Amino acid sequence: MSEPLLAVENLRIDLTIGGVHHAAVKDVSFTIGRGETFGLVGESGCGKSVTALALIGLLRPPLSVGAGAIRFKGHDLAQIGADDMRRLRGASVSMIFQEPMTALNPLSPVGRQIAEMFVLHKGATWVEAEKRAVEALASVRVPAPDRRAKDYPHQLSGGMRQRVMIAIALACGPDLLLADEPTTALDVTVQAEILELIRDLSAARGTAVLMISHDLGLIANMCARVGVMYAGRLVEEREAEDVFRDPAHPYTAGLIASLPLLGARARHGRARLQEIEGVVPSVTAFPAGCRFNPRCAERLERCAADDPAETALAAGGRVRCWRHG
Amino acid sequence: MKFRANLWIGGALFATVVAAGALAPWLAHTDPVMDANLMNAELPPGAEFWFGADGQGRDIYSRVLYGARISLTVGVLSQLINTVIGVALGMSAGYWGGWWDDVVSGLTNMMLAIPSLVFALAIMAILSPGLTSLLIALGLTNWSYTCRLSRASTLSLKNLGYVQAARILGYGDLRIMLTQILPNILGPIIVIGTLGMGGAVLAEAALSFLGLGIRPPFPSWGSMLSDARDQITTAPWVSVFPGLAIFVTVLGLNLLGDGLRDILDPQSEARAR
Repeated sequence: MSEPLLAVENLRIDLTIGGVHHAAVKDVSFTIGRGETFGLVGESGCGKSVTALALIGLLRPPLSVGAGAIRFKGHDLAQIGADDMRRLRGASVSMIFQEPMTALNPLSPVGRQIAEMFVLHKGATWVEAEKRAVEALASVRVPAPDRRAKDYPHQLSGGMRQRVMIAIALACGPDLLLADEPTTALDVTVQAEILELIRDLSAARGTAVLMISHDLGLIANMCARVGVMYAGRLVEEREAEDVFRDPAHPYTAGLIASLPLLGARARHGRARLQEIEGVVPSVTAFPAGCRFNPRCAERLERCAADDPAETALAAGGRVRCWRHG
Repeated sequence: MKFRANLWIGGALFATVVAAGALAPWLAHTDPVMDANLMNAELPPGAEFWFGADGQGRDIYSRVLYGARISLTVGVLSQLINTVIGVALGMSAGYWGGWWDDVVSGLTNMMLAIPSLVFALAIMAILSPGLTSLLIALGLTNWSYTCRLSRASTLSLKNLGYVQAARILGYGDLRIMLTQILPNILGPIIVIGTLGMGGAVLAEAALSFLGLGIRPPFPSWGSMLSDARDQITTAPWVSVFPGLAIFVTVLGLNLLGDGLRDILDPQSEARAR
């Protein structure tokens, strides 16, 4: 394969509190090829969202990129200027958010908010942009798009608003779409429709997707490859199928074991949900050695002392665990 | 929608004053400056002189009508200048923060510490009296409340989802401020601006009364009051009618401002009811 669309190399994101740097995200590396769908899973606070923010250069103090490189189409994002970065955002890299309720300007008709993307990034006139906005609404399967375009966000349901967000995000035909928990705030039936929409549109347009979620089922459905994050580290990165069939890292195994498999599990008389003991440590108090070791069921002695390096797996992919090291 | 007395009464009063000023050439009986006739000096209100005549025999009714033009011009334009300055400083300070915020906040606090009328007096003393100087003096001295309000509203808005989203989608800072933040903070700013207009009309009257605003013989309500103060016992109508005009205008603007607040400010009680 030629050069990947996005390459993240040894990314470290620092959280600076009182002059002390804490590595909120450390040594995270992954690549996303053109048109590929890559999933990033992990518990709340494990660094998924700040990684996404770093990709579009929008970390704000106290967060900052401490080390590593992010290459988009071969360009190091740290090297390009603020203006070029701004032009990149929305046009080449776009994003949809967790909260469609708050992500739209309440005082502007949704059609206009879509149209603004064409004006902003494509230099279209407003008349032309409004026309393309209606087409964009139609493409995200909003019924009666010419009428809906004149609606304000409060007149739309959550699912409709998320469709509008997708229309905005995909308006300029980006190469990469960051989807940060795009369906968390929606109910289940709508979730499925929105995911299908993202999948269809990205496939049709060759848009690569970075799907961020804590929902393993969603990631399994959507993504070809998966990265599992824990406490700011990428602990496992493999083909989605392999991850779910044969998790290599104890944390991944724990996540999968904790999935509620209603029918099957109840039949085997195991109604109680499995859990991973303990909680994610806070950024200021990451344990020494492997960051997962205090909660790990398969802990070895060296886990508490030495930080495991990434190991390539025979079946493909990488894992960061002494059991494979 | 429920009937809002303050909005409608205030609006009606203000509209009346605007109409009076705009239609002055047609409504006035005489030329406000030239038609002096000492034979008519201090004539009481009657059929010929509706509001009476002043010390130089000029028709007070006509002068009050023309006076509306000056009061409204100064009130509206100076408040417009204040609002533009206040919003520009406050919104940029709130949005960018950092040293710029410190500078603007310091400046705002300084402006709040100086009595604005005294500051305007000082500016007028340096510039020569006249309409332009009045606009400058009143337009530069009363933006601190607007500035504080815009800054505070911007601070609370800038971390909201859609402002963040706009940043992520590649909007520039200026575009975010103009399209995402400004429309959402406009309500309270209109309210403050309207209330401030009443203050500016009063300030213009005060400066003109002190002889630093519009100079006689041109009719401004403040300078008319100033001229009339010696005759207040002998010919009270000379001061009563310009005073009444100021009262009606400021009352109208204040009621209008209150009414707008009830509609536009989500925190006001009237809306919660």
